[in-house]
Amino acid sequence: MKALRKYLDKIKPNFEEGGKLHWLHSTFDAFETFLFVPNSTSRSGVHIHDARDSKRTMTIVIVALIPALLMGMYSVGLHHYMALGLEASILTKFIYGFLAVLPQIVVSYVVGLGIEFIIAQIRKEEVAEGFLVTGILIPMIVPVDTPLWMIAVATAFAVIFAKEVFGGTGYNIFNVALVTRAFLFFSYPSKMSGDQVWVRTADTFGIGKGTVIDGFSGATPLGQLATTGAGSFGEFTFQGITGQPLSISDMFFGFIPGSIGEVSTFAILLGAALLIMTGVGSWKTMLSVFLGGAVAVVLVNLFAQNAIMEMPVQYHFLLGGFAFGAIFMATDPVTSARTEKGKWIYGFLIGLLAITIRVFNPGYPEGMMLAILFMNAFAPLIDFYVIDGNIKRRLKRAAPSK
Amino acid sequence: MANRINIKKGLQIPLLGAVEEIIRGTVKSEFVRICPEDFHGITPKLAVRVDDTVKAGTGLFYEKNHPDMLFASPVSGVVTAIERGEKRRILRIVVKADSTVQYADFGAKQVASLSGEEVKKSILDAGIWFLIKQRPYDVVASPVKEPRDIFVTGFDTAPLAPSTDFLLKDREADLQTGLDALAKLTTGKVYLSVSTKTTLKGLREAKNVVITEFNGPHPAGNVGVQINNIKPVNRGETVWTLNAVDVAIIGRLFNKGITDLTRTVALTGSEVKQRGYYNMVIGTELKSIFAGNVTEGVSLRYISGNPLTGRKIDENGELGAYDSQVTVIPEGDDMHEAFGWASLSPKRYSAGATYLPFHKKFRLDARLMGGPRAIIVSNEYDKVFPMDIYPEQLIKAIIAFNIDRMEQLGIYEVAPEDFALCEFVDTSKLELQRIVRTGLDLLRKEME
Repeated sequence: MKALRKYLDKIKPNFEEGGKLHWLHSTFDAFETFLFVPNSTSRSGVHIHDARDSKRTMTIVIVALIPALLMGMYSVGLHHYMALGLEASILTKFIYGFLAVLPQIVVSYVVGLGIEFIIAQIRKEEVAEGFLVTGILIPMIVPVDTPLWMIAVATAFAVIFAKEVFGGTGYNIFNVALVTRAFLFFSYPSKMSGDQVWVRTADTFGIGKGTVIDGFSGATPLGQLATTGAGSFGEFTFQGITGQPLSISDMFFGFIPGSIGEVSTFAILLGAALLIMTGVGSWKTMLSVFLGGAVAVVLVNLFAQNAIMEMPVQYHFLLGGFAFGAIFMATDPVTSARTEKGKWIYGFLIGLLAITIRVFNPGYPEGMMLAILFMNAFAPLIDFYVIDGNIKRRLKRAAPSK
Repeated sequence: MANRINIKKGLQIPLLGAVEEIIRGTVKSEFVRICPEDFHGITPKLAVRVDDTVKAGTGLFYEKNHPDMLFASPVSGVVTAIERGEKRRILRIVVKADSTVQYADFGAKQVASLSGEEVKKSILDAGIWFLIKQRPYDVVASPVKEPRDIFVTGFDTAPLAPSTDFLLKDREADLQTGLDALAKLTTGKVYLSVSTKTTLKGLREAKNVVITEFNGPHPAGNVGVQINNIKPVNRGETVWTLNAVDVAIIGRLFNKGITDLTRTVALTGSEVKQRGYYNMVIGTELKSIFAGNVTEGVSLRYISGNPLTGRKIDENGELGAYDSQVTVIPEGDDMHEAFGWASLSPKRYSAGATYLPFHKKFRLDARLMGGPRAIIVSNEYDKVFPMDIYPEQLIKAIIAFNIDRMEQLGIYEVAPEDFALCEFVDTSKLELQRIVRTGLDLLRKEME
């Protein structure tokens, strides 16, 4: 590390004001601070600072996402070999999934970070870390077979129009990863939903060649339920991709088709534990999303008319993006409500809306994305009313003394 | 039985370098330097010239808008220099101290027999009015505006802070006289706050005041937090604030008839070898207590005050007018820590739980530990801000300088020091105290 430090010190003058590489100043700074803690010391105010910075915060979120990412990769491999009717070891399945997902992660990071670096340079600011999380979220919430160019286009759109035009990380109104997802969903619906997109049947870098067996169906459990002809939930059974019945534990551990991030509720809960323990994610938001969801399901169950309305609450939480959205998307501090009371309301309404969209919109079996985006727009309004309570209290206090 | 208020929000930063309760001696320096900038919110006008002879208590300068508000020389001697900065701003007034102090005689007075106006005039004449500050704006109190109440904090919860009990040990009579004098200055009440740990009788059993007991971590000792929890400041109201040590200085004026700006100062911080208390007047050069008594071979930061709100000085610096604490910590600019974002180093401290708590006490340096960002993490400030105010929203209103919004969100109740802990924990490394200070100054200009 010492040699590296010396090298950095040697080349640093090139990037400073007047240096011939000054136009790469932000980029140099980003790499330098990635390698070494900046040794700039406080000039005003407090003389000591907490060791937690933006990089640390984002690192924790990424670490929290890793279990879900790994389980998702394994799930991709598992379903691939199942669809092809081939036997493979756990490691082979994982490697297949890893190689299938890796290009998406690379594309999302290269495009997103590329834009961030350029814009930071133009603004003469330091590169913000927000995209490190967004960049890994994007591959985790899109179907595994999404073409790379689509991811590139959607990422570029979201980073520029959902974030940078508003001023960059910390100023955006909508969750950037979800805007990417929404852009894909509305621009390329055929690649984003249906039975064909959730299981990767093609080979990855030559691994896992074969043809799909008869009786294969790539529909997600929620997709099956949305299109079922069954009159009641009791008559309906969830099926895996080769027609085998799915148990609750399959759904919990992630042996179901779906987006990479959302399949394993178990892995998501591991991430949630880390976020809550470190205080990086708000447990209030997480809990209230589940509460809102539970209330909605109970209400819907009471007035059930068909299978999906009868589906009990545990299935709602285990299937689709509900848990993933609650833990990793709703808790994005920038786009969420910022007051503590506001977080309860914000989370509750997300849960409520997500279930409502799921149940009452047969064309669109998953409601989490739209619910969160919708509530992103309302978060400032919720905060406004919470803070208004404080303002009114202050005015009331002043009144009698006059 | 005193009313008790529990403060839950806050943070006691576990720093190495707490002070030992020993008086290590009296420090005298050849020159004493007074910085008018220590006294916030005043425009200084010189009352002396170079080569003038002064006594302890003679006014060195006065406030432009209140010429009767003098600022006393803490020692007797000869004015040797007036240091000036940009636009002829007065930076320091240097007095070469006599070997024995000669005090200007103001005459001992019985507070009980004085009127409020007489008490006020005595304090102004003696040049120690600056000990009284006011909310709103956190500036030296305006003597013409009647305060609703006066708040005195009787304990200090800042990191490594000295014990107020210890500082006031032999000054209990002065303290009571000071409190009696304050009671003459308001038609409202004088509120004195003590900690659950306070044992000094002079504080616990002080008379002529309303005593409130506070229990909790820093910033429970900040007078702003106490006001907000006892009787908040509303728009249009003014309250005066002091700390108990300064009240004793006012008390001494009436008991002895002299301006004695001697403070007992705690020398603290992880880089000090022999920590303890020293007696000295404000403006004393501190080099003699640093010499040979600090860690060698590393770059150091000297602070007059505590590590959260103190002023940066150098090793030849002097004691600030309001400070009872001097701190030395590592500067940290010679450090190159690799991969800090992934670090599991037990030397790193965070109030949150993003680092494992291996150690109980920490040696923190002056690094920012990150780069400035937009406000991203929510509920960070609230956790260390025990007032009925939304700190993040108030900061945003100040940055936007939206006067209506600032008023609505409680700008009149806060001082920069109330945001010190927010600034410490801030993931985005924003200079919150500077933002609040600038906001208060601009607002004052608009309103007055």
